[in-house]
Amino acid sequence: MPRSLKKGPYIEASLEKKIEAMNSSGDKRVIKTWSRRSTISPEFVGHTLAVHTGNKFIPVYITENMVGHKLGEFAPTRTFRGHGGKIAERSSRLKG
Amino acid sequence: MARIAGVDLPKQKRVEIGLRYIFGIGPHIASKILEKTGISPDVRINKLNEQEVAKLRAVIEEDYDVEGALRGQINMNIKRLIDIGSYRGLRHRRGLPVRGQRSKTNARTQKGPKKSIGGLKKKPPTKG
Repeated sequence: MPRSLKKGPYIEASLEKKIEAMNSSGDKRVIKTWSRRSTISPEFVGHTLAVHTGNKFIPVYITENMVGHKLGEFAPTRTFRGHGGKIAERSSRLKG
Repeated sequence: MARIAGVDLPKQKRVEIGLRYIFGIGPHIASKILEKTGISPDVRINKLNEQEVAKLRAVIEEDYDVEGALRGQINMNIKRLIDIGSYRGLRHRRGLPVRGQRSKTNARTQKGPKKSIGGLKKKPPTKG
């Protein structure tokens, strides 16, 4: 269910400010952000954002197709390695 | 007889109903089409004359995506989600529910028939 059009898309103010600063100065740095709930606006295209997963940051390169989605959609928070079996147990021990 | 968008319409039914046999046309669009063409929704399909069928065909072709074109569009939308690496694309790839439903149990429509894991338990002794 999308948000009301009257309000416009939600973008964390601090993040928007940083992106705008980068756009006007023309440099490209990876910005760390915790704001998974921010909508990707057309200004984001071409930048790389490090989106927090609660554990680490996942670098997300923003393409045109991603506009209108939220940042959190591109940084999954769960790691599922399957149920039971030798392979599953070993890989979970490696990470755990 | 009445063949629209590559689908044979059932002869015995009223147009309003018969049009819905085309993928992409439901009750709402069917009634809109009939309104635009000025055909009464109560006519049976075998009672339509050639001009009326042609009119229906023209309106559907012009205003709506149906059948193959629509299916293609749906697949493109899914492919887009997969290609941009979004969570929804991931769920499509895995064949799991996409809109946040539970998948611990149920979700059989998406997941398909049950796959049993591990062996079957010993059968209970049959009645002697």
